[in-house]
Amino acid sequence: MANSRKPSQGFLKNLFSAGPAKPGDAYGAPGMGNSTSIAIASAIGLFSFWYLVTMPAIGPLIKPLFLPSPGAVWAKFMLVATDGYQDRTLWQHTQASFTRIFGSFALAAITGIPIGMAMATNRVFRGIFDPPIEFYRPLPPLGYLPLTVIWFGIDETQKMVLLYLAMLAPIVLNTRAGVRSVAIEQIHAAFSLGASKVQILWHVILKGAMPEILTGMRIAIGFGWTTLVAAELVATEEGLGAMIMSASEFLVTDVVIMGIIVIGVIAYTFDLFMRWLERKLVPWKGK
Amino acid sequence: MIDQTENTPDQKAAPPPGGMDSATASELIADDVTVIYPTRGGEGVHALQNVSFTMKPGDFVVALGASGCGKTTFLNLLACFLEPTSGHVTLGDEPVTGPGADRGVVFQKHALLPWLNVVKNVTFGLKLQGIGATKRREIANKYLKLVGLEDFVNHSTYELSGGMQQRVGLARALTSDPKVLLMDEPLGALDALTRDSMQELLLDIWRETHKAVFFITHSVEEALFLATRLIVMSPRPGRITHEFELDFYQRFFDCRDARKVKSDPDFIAMREKILSIIHGDEVEGGQLNG
Repeated sequence: MANSRKPSQGFLKNLFSAGPAKPGDAYGAPGMGNSTSIAIASAIGLFSFWYLVTMPAIGPLIKPLFLPSPGAVWAKFMLVATDGYQDRTLWQHTQASFTRIFGSFALAAITGIPIGMAMATNRVFRGIFDPPIEFYRPLPPLGYLPLTVIWFGIDETQKMVLLYLAMLAPIVLNTRAGVRSVAIEQIHAAFSLGASKVQILWHVILKGAMPEILTGMRIAIGFGWTTLVAAELVATEEGLGAMIMSASEFLVTDVVIMGIIVIGVIAYTFDLFMRWLERKLVPWKGK
Repeated sequence: MIDQTENTPDQKAAPPPGGMDSATASELIADDVTVIYPTRGGEGVHALQNVSFTMKPGDFVVALGASGCGKTTFLNLLACFLEPTSGHVTLGDEPVTGPGADRGVVFQKHALLPWLNVVKNVTFGLKLQGIGATKRREIANKYLKLVGLEDFVNHSTYELSGGMQQRVGLARALTSDPKVLLMDEPLGALDALTRDSMQELLLDIWRETHKAVFFITHSVEEALFLATRLIVMSPRPGRITHEFELDFYQRFFDCRDARKVKSDPDFIAMREKILSIIHGDEVEGGQLNG
């Protein structure tokens, strides 16, 4: 930022014009440089802002009904973790949501990967599955939630179906994209080594599509967390989403915020795990 | 196989006096093949027009020509990645209807499977054929040694240099013991120094294994150096216009000095001759396009 240009426009100039490249940088490459320290500062800044506006000593500027202080949320976290909210501890809520999400995720992966493979390798399957999947994919889960209740009732099946549908589409679409990304030379090479069609499918296409399939699974699990609150909207008191919804009805804002943070942390941790898994399983990705 | 190796120079000099049966048994023949790619206009692009061609065991055939002359189409046809519009391809009296282990292919981009390490890539074909692990390992070791990669057995393929990757691809094609090796500009993506040493390696491997090789290149020097038979192809429509029997590979085997062979006046004269043929095609092509 320290620049010899006119101070009045120095910062903007620096942001939008191509400056001289430092050794090791490519001139004009967009988005150069490390942003870690800025990201940490941004997170600390947000947190401090939250802390300041909710500080009891100065008012607080925002009432706890709308935004409870970090301390209050933390205290609630400890309370719900030990004593529970609505007769269930935080662990029990988390466990219920985990079972739903990962149960549906497993189903979506077990069915979605073969469907995606079949669609990418066979025109009949592509013709059959393309319209329904492309039609329902952009629909918001809250939109077809009532239908799942009418069709599947209000017990676990309905919640699993909703989560399953949210996770199926990204897995199918990414599997398809993965199959398309397999180089024709690799398929030809396997054929000219005497491979049968089934062997090609298993040894070349499925393996070659693996990076994209994993990406699809990563996106799917993210969609699962996104859909969790909708899935636990109806007839359950167990689960992180249900906890948040029930707390919002009683205006227990600290539980709402605590629930959101717990979901956020779990989802982010799982995403980190998936990225680690990706590096382990498909180290050749992008090489 | 060993007998064939010793007989080859004689076969080049004169038609083989005896043993015709075993020779025709693995001849690769393209009989009057035409390939027309459909276009929106309707007329279609004549990638190959009435090409007839016979490859005998032990031949090292190099196809050379301006771009768009149908070299790669021809190779895809021999490998059966492509069906001819008319005509047919036979290998040892049997029509070939699809790709198979009897015709090994080495690709321009190595086309290795990155989820398998070097030795597993090399033994991939054997595994598909259900050959046991011990036997696979034995065969792989033989060919990895042949291409000089015996110290890289357990490396990941994406850790290797371009030249090494191509050598893995070559070893992979050889392990299935194909009758014919089809090579589509396998050295095209390599730097000049690696390329020179790969050419020598290829000749040595060819002499050792005595496969029939069909080899595509853009480099005239490479073509002259490697070929027992050089075919020059011309575009629009793609066809074989010239054919030469060459012996520069033999001179290399005699003196083991590639630079000496390539700076020989005969070699240079031949190079100029071929270049003028190809240049003529390109000028003509340029005018057609212009």
